[in-house]
Amino acid sequence: MALLQISEPGQSPQPHQRKNAVGIDLGTTNSLVATVRSGIEAILPDEQGRDLLPSVVHYIPEGVSCVGHEAAEHNSTDPLNTLSSIKRLLGRGVDDIKTLGDTLPYEFTSDEGGMPRINTAYGVVSPIQVSAEILRKLAGRAELALDGMLDGAVITVPAYFDDAQRQATKDAATLAGIKVLRLLNEPTAAAIAYGLDAEITEDESQQRLIAVYDLGGGTFDISILRLSKGVFEVLATGGDSALGGDDFDHAIANWLRIELAMGETLDVVEQRILLEVAKSAKQELSQKEQVEIEVLETALVLTREKMHELVDDLIEKTLKACKRSMRDAKIDVNSIDEVVLVGGSTRMPRVSEKVTELFGLKPKCTIDPDLVVAMGAAKQADVLVGNNTDGDMLLLDVIPLSLGIETMGGLTEKIIHRNTTIPVAKAQEFTTFKDGQTAMSIHVVQGDRELVSDCRSLARFELQGIPPMVAGGAKIQVSYQVDADGLLNVSARELSSGVESRIEVKPSYGLSDNEITQMLQDSFSHARDDMRLRALREQQVEADRMLEDLRAAIEKDGQSLLDDSELQCLHLALDELQQLRENSEDHRQLAAQIETVGKTSEEFAARRMDASIKQALAGLSLDDALK
Amino acid sequence: MNNSKNFFEIFSLPVSWEIDIEALDTKFRALQKVLHPDGYANKNDFEQRLAVQAAATINQAYQTIKNPLSRAQYLLELKGLDADQESHVTSDGQFLMNQMLLREQLSEIKANKGPKQALTALSIDAKKTALAIQNEFASQYQIEAYNEAFSTLAKMQFATKFVNDISELEADLEEL
Repeated sequence: MALLQISEPGQSPQPHQRKNAVGIDLGTTNSLVATVRSGIEAILPDEQGRDLLPSVVHYIPEGVSCVGHEAAEHNSTDPLNTLSSIKRLLGRGVDDIKTLGDTLPYEFTSDEGGMPRINTAYGVVSPIQVSAEILRKLAGRAELALDGMLDGAVITVPAYFDDAQRQATKDAATLAGIKVLRLLNEPTAAAIAYGLDAEITEDESQQRLIAVYDLGGGTFDISILRLSKGVFEVLATGGDSALGGDDFDHAIANWLRIELAMGETLDVVEQRILLEVAKSAKQELSQKEQVEIEVLETALVLTREKMHELVDDLIEKTLKACKRSMRDAKIDVNSIDEVVLVGGSTRMPRVSEKVTELFGLKPKCTIDPDLVVAMGAAKQADVLVGNNTDGDMLLLDVIPLSLGIETMGGLTEKIIHRNTTIPVAKAQEFTTFKDGQTAMSIHVVQGDRELVSDCRSLARFELQGIPPMVAGGAKIQVSYQVDADGLLNVSARELSSGVESRIEVKPSYGLSDNEITQMLQDSFSHARDDMRLRALREQQVEADRMLEDLRAAIEKDGQSLLDDSELQCLHLALDELQQLRENSEDHRQLAAQIETVGKTSEEFAARRMDASIKQALAGLSLDDALK
Repeated sequence: MNNSKNFFEIFSLPVSWEIDIEALDTKFRALQKVLHPDGYANKNDFEQRLAVQAAATINQAYQTIKNPLSRAQYLLELKGLDADQESHVTSDGQFLMNQMLLREQLSEIKANKGPKQALTALSIDAKKTALAIQNEFASQYQIEAYNEAFSTLAKMQFATKFVNDISELEADLEEL
């Protein structure tokens, strides 16, 4: 594990210093990290100058031996301990593995919680832990390049990721010690990388419709966006979170298996060999009409035409998702102004040929399709962390799949529909169906099918203590709230009594908060002091952020929004924070004062928000008056 | 954010069936620019939560006003007529009979997986009907005949659902 750089305690950073923010593209095949330097986004390469980090982790009995290129070298020789394409398992349940299992040659164990775990030489690991290793490696690369601790990161996820997959991604980041500024949908990130080009934003009256076709190693996304006046509005998104270039390799490998007259069941080494051969044949066929393959002492020829036969069905599936999304967005294919290709698998000529045919447009791919997502994420991270305050960009994204609740007869009732702009909050009322019923179990599901069994089960919880009433007497309000990361919170309340139950939806196959805390502690257990120092450093960064932020707010709005005693109260709290920031080496003490300042400033924050609403609307009527 | 405001007041728009979509769009964007959680990503938890709630309210208000059916429903809700109940149905027998016939046509097309032309014809017809019902609602609301408008709202719900179901089937047939 790479130790992160830790500044000396007490060493105060310069106020208004640029913050270290990065965009991370955590991919199925490769991962990247990028940042914005002097206004231009740049990929941060490793010490050998390589941009891509293969998303591969190699385990030995002592732990992780290596991540990335070195790990990938163990692919054929030590397949069971060399974990790749782990993103396909992230946030998935044991049942999903049955459909994916044969394409991922690992030894699985399922334990409590229903999350699949993998047996390695080191022991049992979860997909979240493996992803955290990849993220930690990238964060280490970034901290070295930026010469300091990261203030935050935007991590990209496929737009079609469900709540469980998003939560798992965020948990992996937490485990890697990274502050997540936002989970950003990959096609949206690509649109940001392209869309801030002057040609699009300069003409204010112009609005453009953009389709982002993103085919990665293991996932497919299509997003339809409207760009106008610095607003990125996702109209609809669709895809398949288990379809990507990997599947093309499998289709070709399967053909090889039949041609070589091998049985249905292959051992892991054979599987890996066929996959590697299939992959390189696929890549070569991008340039050539046919390739000669030498595998297991047999010579074969694969023509481009034959390959098309093998993969066309898969490409067709992506095109159907495109049509569905355009229908959801209520737009016609002819009104699309631009098609953008993202993801390594769009390098395949057959893919761009089919996409061109569907949209009747030559797709744009002026930014390297492997790098574009990380670059867009870096731009967004720069804005979110507060480095780029003159930007006037607004990003409105949507949820990809409807969120619902199980009702009688195993049916789903949708509470929030797919393609609804986030953040969003919706409440629905339900009632008891038995006399004297005192509890109600609530099953939260995600998906667009009618039957609960065809949807993704996200969480189950129970509202207890409902006062006994006749059937249909109780009024139970179930509220769903989806935040800007696309993550769901659910609460339930009996309205007449006020009995409440609230849960953060932690998918059945995720890690619990306790597990994460435990893992974080374990990873530091060899170096207690480092952990203490790091915790202190984190609180100091938070204190600095808070001091800077609130002092600026007071200077701007203190006089107009606070009375003298309120102002004095806030000043006192801030002074104490400043004093602790400079002298305390106890991170808990500092955290407590941060909490106090937070509480003291809540009312101020609320008033500032109301003031900004008034100002925004007043600004508009002024514009109208000047017209 | 002040929760006592109704959805129209949030955008400083008059409570009315007729809306200036362009003004609504402009105001929606202006408000999201100052309220969206992206502007608070680097603030403390409380402010982030505040922004999520405020932005969610703005989104809901925007969608409710923009969509004709939800706008009609909301306008009557403000008049104390709550249509969010299963018992809310129209008593117009002629209309219900018509709907049943149209539903049968749709099921037939669904069962036979076509023909596409019949579905297109049905779609055009259904959209026309939906629009006519909207106009009926508009004039009733205008003259403050809220109970009549409430009855028309039930028809609007039927007609909108029918248009959506046709569109779903169109999508399904296209994918075959």
